[in-house]
Amino acid sequence: MIRTILVNFIRFVLLVFIQVFLLKNITLYNLATPYLYILFIMLLPFDTPNLLLFVLAFVMGLTIDAFYDTPGLHAAACVVLALVRILFISITVQKEGFDNEPEPTLSIMGFRWFFTYALTLTLFHHFFLFNLEVFRISDIQYTLSRFVLSSLFTVFLMLVIGLLFFRKKERK
Amino acid sequence: MRNLLIFITKYNAFFLFLIFEISALIIYVKYNAFQKASFINSSNEVTGKLYTQVNGLYEYMSLKAVNDSLAHENANLRNQLKSSFYIDTIAKHKIADTVFKIQYEYTPAKVINNSFNRAYNYITINRGSLDGIAVGMGVISSAGIVGKVVNVTPHMANVQSMLNKYSRFSVMLANNKEIGSIQWTDDLDPHKAVLVDVSTNAQPKIGEAVLTSGYSLFPEGIIVGRVSNLRAKGGGMEITLAVDFSKLQYVNVVDNKFQKEQDAIEALQKKDDQDNTR
Repeated sequence: MIRTILVNFIRFVLLVFIQVFLLKNITLYNLATPYLYILFIMLLPFDTPNLLLFVLAFVMGLTIDAFYDTPGLHAAACVVLALVRILFISITVQKEGFDNEPEPTLSIMGFRWFFTYALTLTLFHHFFLFNLEVFRISDIQYTLSRFVLSSLFTVFLMLVIGLLFFRKKERK
Repeated sequence: MRNLLIFITKYNAFFLFLIFEISALIIYVKYNAFQKASFINSSNEVTGKLYTQVNGLYEYMSLKAVNDSLAHENANLRNQLKSSFYIDTIAKHKIADTVFKIQYEYTPAKVINNSFNRAYNYITINRGSLDGIAVGMGVISSAGIVGKVVNVTPHMANVQSMLNKYSRFSVMLANNKEIGSIQWTDDLDPHKAVLVDVSTNAQPKIGEAVLTSGYSLFPEGIIVGRVSNLRAKGGGMEITLAVDFSKLQYVNVVDNKFQKEQDAIEALQKKDDQDNTR
């Protein structure tokens, strides 16, 4: 239990640092901007209570907002992400399997499941984020292309990180 | 009522979502519409401090460009030094005329190739004839003399380093201005050189500075090294060189504007000597 909290705390700090000091400066062709920090919310353990999940998502969003000078924007997108996460997991994962599958990581859940999971959640988060940021219908084409390309970039980075920390299944 | 509670607990995710989403949107609309200073922005103490730290790191990464510009500035300042001007006071004039004429001009250059462990060492610098570099010019660094230019291409120049068996420069002892010449030691130590041809009545001391004499390519008084041993193995005095050739990065090429004139008049004299001996 303590270990889980510690690991998630370190993950939180690391992802905020990477997002704010590295990825904030990266934009490919003014279109693709990665928002890798949502990986924190995606990798929380399966048995996280809903309330805690929303609180953490909200706090994560506000932390990023503090650095991006957009109070509320990322928080709103992260809360959407948390809801999608709950729905996605309730549809695809058996409740009984929680004991030996504690976290939705790439190494535990396998590539196919994790890819679908990451892609779906990222698409929802980014769609909400970019549209809320622009808040206009007139630039919809530019916003949508930014949304799609950024999502691909983010998912790519997630898979890279997942493979970097890949561990073989510890099944007994 | 009970049914309502059951309904809420069953769909708690949705209701929690509503609560948090609405509060996030309220924050978003409120703080972004008015753009007022709020407790969550980068003027906040913590984020501000972090940004300062990271900026320090970025500054460190741009040190190379800063160094380049400083080297340029140094060369510019050297050009304005009084010692790089030739005093052109003509005796015929009764007025004390202090018009200065530039005698030495410095061009900054970066060392792009360097060797110091062979018998004949050469340095390549990133300035060439297009920048006004010519064969025969002296090269100094901020620490002392480095060598002289032996080959030039439009963009590069080859400098025969002090650490070269062919190198021989006219120098003097700092205290009594005794002239001698300096050359590299036989044992190929990149920190040592020998001072030879000093007249016997000179009384050098250990630790005394050895300067350029002004009879060579360099302006007078640039440090070469310090006397470290009065009797070197092969004769002469052992000098510890002021320049650390293994760490050489930026140098200045010295253009003596009167070098041609000096060469011409000395050639004339040599010719006269030959004529007289005949």
